[in-house]
Amino acid sequence: MALLSKKDRGLILDPLADNNPITIQVLGICSALAITAQLKASIVMGISVMFVLGVGNVVISLMRNIIPSKIRIIVQLVVVAALVIIVDQVLKAFAYELSKTLSVFVGLIITNCIIMGRFEAFALGNGPWRSFLDGIGNAAGYALILVVVGFFRELLGSGTLLGFKVLGDPIAKTGLYAIGYENNGFMLLSPMALIVVGIIIWVQRARNKALIEEN
Amino acid sequence: MGLKEKLHSIKEDFKGKKMAPAFNALHTFLYTPNETTHSGAHIRAVDDLKRTMNTVIIALLPVLVWGIFNAGYQHYAAIDAAQGVVREASLFGNFFTWDNFILGAWTVLPLVIISYGVGLAVEFVFAVIKGHEVEEGYLVTGMLVPLIVPVDIPLWMLAVAVVFGVVIGKEVFGGTGMNILNPALTIRAFLFFAYPTWMSGDKVWVHGAQAAAGTPDAFSGETILGSYAQNNSVVYDFADKFFGFIPGSVGETSTFLIIIGGLFLMFTKIASWRIILSAVVGAAVMGLIFNGVVDQGWITESSKFYGLMSTPFWEHLIIGGIAFGIVYMATDPVSGAQTNTGKYWYGFLIGFISIMIRVFNPAYPEGVFLAILLMNVFAPTIDHYVVQANVKQRMKRLKLKTA
Repeated sequence: MALLSKKDRGLILDPLADNNPITIQVLGICSALAITAQLKASIVMGISVMFVLGVGNVVISLMRNIIPSKIRIIVQLVVVAALVIIVDQVLKAFAYELSKTLSVFVGLIITNCIIMGRFEAFALGNGPWRSFLDGIGNAAGYALILVVVGFFRELLGSGTLLGFKVLGDPIAKTGLYAIGYENNGFMLLSPMALIVVGIIIWVQRARNKALIEEN
Repeated sequence: MGLKEKLHSIKEDFKGKKMAPAFNALHTFLYTPNETTHSGAHIRAVDDLKRTMNTVIIALLPVLVWGIFNAGYQHYAAIDAAQGVVREASLFGNFFTWDNFILGAWTVLPLVIISYGVGLAVEFVFAVIKGHEVEEGYLVTGMLVPLIVPVDIPLWMLAVAVVFGVVIGKEVFGGTGMNILNPALTIRAFLFFAYPTWMSGDKVWVHGAQAAAGTPDAFSGETILGSYAQNNSVVYDFADKFFGFIPGSVGETSTFLIIIGGLFLMFTKIASWRIILSAVVGAAVMGLIFNGVVDQGWITESSKFYGLMSTPFWEHLIIGGIAFGIVYMATDPVSGAQTNTGKYWYGFLIGFISIMIRVFNPAYPEGVFLAILLMNVFAPTIDHYVVQANVKQRMKRLKLKTA
């Protein structure tokens, strides 16, 4: 017996590719541009959003029948704010340097469109288990793009991956730097993150023509 | 069978195949194709895109030749200066010499080859993938790029920047004629933000300065703008600045030749005189404002802006890349404003903002490329308001008549 039914598997897998929150729905762009200069920050941000969205979706789903629809946005905000505070405190306690790098963007998870979007579009109408899968799936799709962007930006911009000098030492001139290679400073600036995301969108739609919008 | 017929028969073989655009591009470069337009009403004119592009290239050739000699001249002049020998520039005495030409050609021609080679390769790949004809847009871009970079820029950096500029600046928007930004300036902007150490400072403008740094033979060549930005005085007199015996990017030093090229482009109606005129006025106005501020005593010599603010407004026009930018870049018919009124505004703001960036942000010693890119983005907005104003005016007239 498969662990997940075919429908449930779709909840996890669709957001990774053909229904990706960043490249298809174009949500959550702000944080994708701001914190992807380092791969480590991208991974931590992805995990944080996965926690908030997974747990948040379950909580909202459990309360979906008792939330008055007039004040549901406020309730959603309270839930997501509580979860974000937990994430923020955990990061400050166990990864202080990293939480300084992420700075305000951990707090801004609250305003990440993906989270409110999934609460509204999915958790309010589905059971906890499926909501959980949906939350994890969408957050994974978000994290996937963050990691890809972070990988290229850190590799080309700083010549490192997760802090390891994979291309050699730029000051001691070893590895690639010995033959004249230099880091691309543009990669560390936010506009380049937008261009990298744009290239991912381009490649994805070139491979799957069904995703191209009509205009 | 002559070469011409042979090529035509090969063309038939290629028809409908994937490589057809690549072959056609090379073919039409040599011969006019023997086919006519298939539909619609036609305006008969001889100035097709290829001729337009070639005219601009002709206008750029004197600048390129000057750039080659100047690259050599600046190298030897800087070495002399480091040894305390003062050099008096003389056109045939020490400028048009074989030594200068050989060294200059050795450093500048690789830039030209890389720029054309990489850029056209990207164009061909995209034409073959998308199945359209190769467009001529890159002919001018490929010539502009080597003229707006420092002589010693590493070739691989130039290649990376050209790929970026052509793909992101042009192809993603749909190729020649569809681009929002000027591709040559996109390439320069990429280089500037990606590798700032190779695009600014006092070591990159003269060939060999970077390599000699730290050795006993070290020499440097600060651009005039760089010196002013640090409130230093410069040793060059008016003739040096105007005729171009100064360090700088390859092609932008000689304002005199750029003016000749500009007149040629205006005479052939390739470049818009409205944009050129209003850009010069815009730059002069901003320069006059700064001069006035200094005259009033609001800015004193202790200010870091003093050097560039006190520079006379006419001098702003002949130093740095502003003349080159206004004549060859701002007049790009694709990314510039299209309406006549819009062109005045577009040009004026380019000149105005260029000088403003130049003075207020010493981190960007030359502001003209950023100003043109900025106005490229705003050109459609300017056109929109010009058209709307015209519509409004006509509606008013209509109402008056009918009322």
